[in-house]
Amino acid sequence: MSASSAFNDEKGGSSSVGEPEYGHDPASGGIFSSDYKRHDDLKEMLDSNKDSLKLEAMKRIVAMIARGKNASDLFPAVVKNVACKNIEVKKLVYVYLVRYAEEQQDLALLSISTFQRGLKDPNQLIRASALRVLSSIRVTIIVPIMMLAIKEAASDMSPYVRKTAAHAIPKLYSLDPEQKDQLIEVIEKLLADKTTLVAGSVVMAFEEVCPERIDLIHKNYRKLCNLLIDVEEWGQVVIINMLTRYARTQFLNPNMNESLLEEENDKTFYGSDDDEEEEKEKKAEAPLPRRKPYVMDPDHRLLLRNTKPLLQSRNAAVVMAVAQLYFHLAPKVEVGVIAKGLVRLLRSHSEVQYVVLQNVATMTIKRRGMFEPYLKSFYIRSTDPTQIKVLKLEVLTNLANETNISTILREFQTYIKSMDKDFVAATIQAIGRCATNIGEVRDTCLNGLVQLLSNRDELVVAESVVVIKKLLQMQPEKHSDIIKHMAKLTDNIQVPMARASILWLIGEYCEHVPKIAPDVLRKMAKSFTNEEDIVKLQIINLAAKLYLTNSKQTKLLTQYVLNLAKYDQNYDIRDRARFIRQLIVPTEKSGALSKYAKKLFLALKPAPVLESPFKDRDHFQLGSLSHLLNAKAGGYQELPDWPEAAPDPSVRNVEVPEWTKCSSREKRKEKKVEKPFYSDSEGESGPTESADSESDSASGSEIGSGVVGSGSRTASEESEEGSESEEEEEKDKKMMTAKKELKKPVQESESEQSSEEEEERKRERKKSKPRKSESDDDDDSESESSRSESEDSESEAEVKKKKKAAASRPPAKPLKKESKKEMSLLDFDDFEPAPPPHVTPLNSFLSSSLVTDLEGLSLSDAALSPATLSPSGAMKSYELLHRIRGEGLSVEYCFSRQPFSPDANMVAVQMQFTNSGAADTKSLHMEDVKLQSGMRVKEFPEIELLPAGETATAVMGIDFCDSTQAANFQLCTHTKKFFVSIQPPVGELMRPVFLTENEFKKEQGQLMGMNELSEKLTLDAECRNEHAIVQRVTAAANLSRVPCGSDKECRFAGRTVTSGSLVLATVVTKEAASAQLTVNCEKMVIGTMLVKDVLLALTQ
Amino acid sequence: MIHSLFLINHSGDIFLEKHWKSVVSHSVCDYFFEAKEKAVDPEDVPPVLQTPHHYLITVHRDQLFFLSVVQTEVPPLFVIEFLHRVADTFQDYFGECSESVIKDNVVTVYELLEEMLDNGFPLATESNILKELIRPPTILRSVVNTLTGSSNVGDTLPTGQLSTVPWRRADVKYTNNEAYFDVIEEIDAILDKSGTTVFAEIQGVIEACVRLTGMPDLTMSFMNPRLLDDVSFHPCVRFKRWESERTLSFIPPDGHFTLMNYHVSSQNPVAIPVYVKQNISFFESGPCGRLDITIGPKQTMGKTVEALMVKIHMPKAVLSANLTATQGNYTYDLPNKLLIWDIGKLNPQKLPNLKGILSLQAGAAKPEDNPSLNIDLRIQQVAISGSPRFVSTYNWATVFSHCSICFSPLCTGLKVSRLEMFGEKYKPFKGVKYVTKAGKFQVRT
Repeated sequence: MSASSAFNDEKGGSSSVGEPEYGHDPASGGIFSSDYKRHDDLKEMLDSNKDSLKLEAMKRIVAMIARGKNASDLFPAVVKNVACKNIEVKKLVYVYLVRYAEEQQDLALLSISTFQRGLKDPNQLIRASALRVLSSIRVTIIVPIMMLAIKEAASDMSPYVRKTAAHAIPKLYSLDPEQKDQLIEVIEKLLADKTTLVAGSVVMAFEEVCPERIDLIHKNYRKLCNLLIDVEEWGQVVIINMLTRYARTQFLNPNMNESLLEEENDKTFYGSDDDEEEEKEKKAEAPLPRRKPYVMDPDHRLLLRNTKPLLQSRNAAVVMAVAQLYFHLAPKVEVGVIAKGLVRLLRSHSEVQYVVLQNVATMTIKRRGMFEPYLKSFYIRSTDPTQIKVLKLEVLTNLANETNISTILREFQTYIKSMDKDFVAATIQAIGRCATNIGEVRDTCLNGLVQLLSNRDELVVAESVVVIKKLLQMQPEKHSDIIKHMAKLTDNIQVPMARASILWLIGEYCEHVPKIAPDVLRKMAKSFTNEEDIVKLQIINLAAKLYLTNSKQTKLLTQYVLNLAKYDQNYDIRDRARFIRQLIVPTEKSGALSKYAKKLFLALKPAPVLESPFKDRDHFQLGSLSHLLNAKAGGYQELPDWPEAAPDPSVRNVEVPEWTKCSSREKRKEKKVEKPFYSDSEGESGPTESADSESDSASGSEIGSGVVGSGSRTASEESEEGSESEEEEEKDKKMMTAKKELKKPVQESESEQSSEEEEERKRERKKSKPRKSESDDDDDSESESSRSESEDSESEAEVKKKKKAAASRPPAKPLKKESKKEMSLLDFDDFEPAPPPHVTPLNSFLSSSLVTDLEGLSLSDAALSPATLSPSGAMKSYELLHRIRGEGLSVEYCFSRQPFSPDANMVAVQMQFTNSGAADTKSLHMEDVKLQSGMRVKEFPEIELLPAGETATAVMGIDFCDSTQAANFQLCTHTKKFFVSIQPPVGELMRPVFLTENEFKKEQGQLMGMNELSEKLTLDAECRNEHAIVQRVTAAANLSRVPCGSDKECRFAGRTVTSGSLVLATVVTKEAASAQLTVNCEKMVIGTMLVKDVLLALTQ
Repeated sequence: MIHSLFLINHSGDIFLEKHWKSVVSHSVCDYFFEAKEKAVDPEDVPPVLQTPHHYLITVHRDQLFFLSVVQTEVPPLFVIEFLHRVADTFQDYFGECSESVIKDNVVTVYELLEEMLDNGFPLATESNILKELIRPPTILRSVVNTLTGSSNVGDTLPTGQLSTVPWRRADVKYTNNEAYFDVIEEIDAILDKSGTTVFAEIQGVIEACVRLTGMPDLTMSFMNPRLLDDVSFHPCVRFKRWESERTLSFIPPDGHFTLMNYHVSSQNPVAIPVYVKQNISFFESGPCGRLDITIGPKQTMGKTVEALMVKIHMPKAVLSANLTATQGNYTYDLPNKLLIWDIGKLNPQKLPNLKGILSLQAGAAKPEDNPSLNIDLRIQQVAISGSPRFVSTYNWATVFSHCSICFSPLCTGLKVSRLEMFGEKYKPFKGVKYVTKAGKFQVRT
């Protein structure tokens, strides 16, 4: 028998007995007995030992439950089958149990032991489903058992079971809130879980149990950001929403520098400029020198960057979540990206449209420019449901400005003819709002509305009257004929609101229509008793106003009306009449107030402001239920305001013992010795590669589970299997070789390394079977690093190429060593020089992940680098060693831009040593060069003697590997050692090449798309001619001019020194001072930095 | 999150209820019924309703209401999207999503709902995973099951749940390995009275049907990806590859799925395939009106317009239509006031015309405005994979060289240039088909 027949049986049975379950009449014994009987055969089937019979019975019971019928009396018979071998029966029994256990707590307890056994089952699906059911049974008595089960499951091998544990947490919490503290511990543990499967569910649990414990997120923040793209869709929504809140508490407002600007804009909101957006862009680009520059926290940037791809999700909820995140967190310039995604959702189901339009309506009020290009996507079709039409209308109204108003009004005109009268009414209101907001079209709108007054549909006329009333209030003197026209309408219009509006208008402006007004009052007095309350009140008002201005004609009428009102049924009207009589009709007793009656009634009233109902709705988090309802829903977490000062960002650092780089980095940051970090990820190709393979095998080894490293899910990832021990060996080997590479290391750092290595080994040995703690950290950093790699804007293939190149390159040259002694102004003593990252893979993982984290920051760093700030001159020299720090020895260096003859791939650095001390300096040379992998240095020849007061120059070559990573080394004299570092501005990493115009165009054509970056800029006042531009660009970057036919365009070309990638730059000047800078470069990182540098050079 | 789900049919009967947390009485639906009463059209029922203790989030699909009860803050789109996913799953399992089918398969439906949500939070929504947990009903299987007593429920964890490709089940085997892609482009347009385009854009979708053994890794590249302005992908598509190379690289789910949706950048002019000459007028005197519509081809690039259909929502006063069509049939659906003219293939030599009298309700006022026309049409590119067998006799290279030579898709010219497979050894049959359709194509009158 199939399920369908079971259902039909069931249905037939129930209808024949007349839905007994709904009849709560215990006295109807007959029905009860038949019901009892029927369940009897079910019981029999359940008791049989045939699985098929049991299954049949269970199916029928579930069908009953599905239709909301009561099957609770079968509980004892069903619960017996909880241990049934047949999986489907078992599942159906579970369904039954969960439904009725709350009602039959004692009996439900019988099943508990089965679940407890299930929790130990080797099959993960059974473990998970046992936990699911156990936690779904809402029986308070088993709370301790549940707690225990959850705790155990939270450290289960299987991520699926851990996920189930995460789901169980809110269940237990809702059953017994007392358990909160213990549950938070479990949440904390699960938050640290590295699998994508668990992430969404545990954040959900976090949101339900302890959303206020934002501190639990710190340590997991970066991991969540990085895992996000691989989490399932539903988890993504929850995580993004939570991270929005988190970011609001932890980061600074990226738009804070513009807050002043914003105020200005608000004033001119409706009558404003088109290029508002553009302007803002410019302002955001050009760092304002006087204000404290805002530097986005790298973690903030990380969040924005990692959520952006999700705008392409097929899931509307994910797109909305990202959109709200950008709306609430992104700098103004970047918010625009979400518009496209949201407009796309408008093609979806009407429910989705409804929600999206609500949110778009709120967004358009704050950021109109964002949706302006998509104006036409909000045009209304006759087939749209009314609620969608009204929302689209709202958006169109919000988007209206001087430039597009004519188009919008033309659209509105077609809407007015619609059959959907509610929609027409909304359109008329929308026209009214456009008219109030945009002064230029006010007359046009008013005329249009007046024409509508002759429309045959009363609703249309009435709505027009109401809107006209509001518009007239702005400039009544000009429109007395309209008022007259409206006065005539009182005969026809029956809609109370419209009548009331007309009466109010006539009363208010009775001086403009002195002849008509008394006549209207006469008519109204006649029909007074039949009017609606709201109209009556306006009649009284009209009478009072006329009495005050024209008492001769209207005195009697007024008294008549007041008398009628005196006996009205509505007490408001009676009150009003009494009040007005006292006020306007002079008697002996009349108080002081009556003198002011005229002032009271005919005071100038401010014109109403027609506002969008969506104004200020954005104090609710967009996309939330509360926003939609414009009321706080239960469990809604307020979106906090930005903090005044950023909380400590280091809380998000993941602790890695023995590792100082991170903190040292922070210190460096404080000391303003800033470096762009992302070159790390390029230079480090060696270790990154190893990290990659590790993450592959890790995901393979973890019971085929989804550790899921990266965005690049390759097939090889799944197939690749590697035993863990093998991997470890490999890792060790790598460490060894890496160590060897570093020839003749200084003892100190050597020992440090080896101790670190030992630590590492110990830890690895300690690794217990389910790779916990430390290994988890590994996983994390691995996934991060591999992500960072793919993040690296270059195609994977290219990365591989580079890796090969890096591998084939000879290791760094041996360095001479000398006694060392340190004397520094900047006290570097408080941190050890970071070991080169290729020493231990661990470090490199984290550092490279940090690198990506910090990418946003480093961009601005590059902008602040000294090279570009100094005035453009022939050759900029930089200080390597200050006179005081060098105890008399000062060293300056500059990039001579000469080819470095010993090695063409090196950048020549010319150094000038000045001995301003009293004693001679001897044996000046360099040693202990610390480089990122791939980088090389050709030392300058030792200077034997530098007498006091003398100057000497030397040239060294550095192969920066096309990165702006600094070369660190020690400068040694016979007595001292100085730590110094040379960091090249990006413009020095290239050498000029000569191209013809055609070649240039051809090359440029091949470097389009991702390889092309262009920025608009406003040229500095002193830099408006071609000559100046060429000078500034060539000063900022070592490029050569390419001939060009047009004098509006300057072109430059160069190749990077190491890899020889082409770098093309074009500056096109336009009218006034605006110009556009385009950089085409295969290496996007170089490109981005170059844009920044050149931009600075041209604008300052 | 989602507390309970009620399925309600058009006449307002609750025919299925499922609770994921404690039981919510079905009386909560009364608030919904109230709102439904108020709304003229089921489409007009607000998707989100507030009641004293609950929030009701409703989705209207296939003449059914999926009503979910929510107690606390939750992103409404989250619930809406999920409910649509539930409806999609039913569609996928039972071929259609209707009251009778759901009632017939009530146990499977219940098991599905049980797996899809845990405590109101989505657990498994991927069709490939669900199908491993609960097998879709087939006649053969139900016979086998009754005989052998085996069940429709899987007893092991679906491999997808734990893998990095949760959308694909493991151990897929086919004897014929095939992958078909339909590139469907829809023209959304609003034309005004005079035939001028008020608004036009193109939305595209690539629907895929992939039946390939093992874990194939596919790469699809386009001749002109620059056309694509905005895209959304099935989760299987590697976004990074798209960003850097503009190719779609993915491990496909098994079976039917939507690979990608795209929007063509507005710079590209949209070819409007047909023009409409219409004249609908109602007379001031006498209870009647006149209707005259002619449709002709405009920019079809020599392709035939098929499945042409005109739908007109008439004003309420229109009682009946007495028309003559030179081609095709027309029907007038009185209760819904919907005039449908089904034309079929458009013959450029002899343009189809619909002409005649509309009679109005006696005494009713003349309708203010004219109804707008909604047009449906379809332009099929010569179907290279029209029938799977046809394709399978060719090898892949030929099929695709064909495609780039003879078929220039009408709308945007988006063309698939290559489809490669990695990770498996066999040679699959592959085919791509291009279809242009009218999306929301409206002519204002």
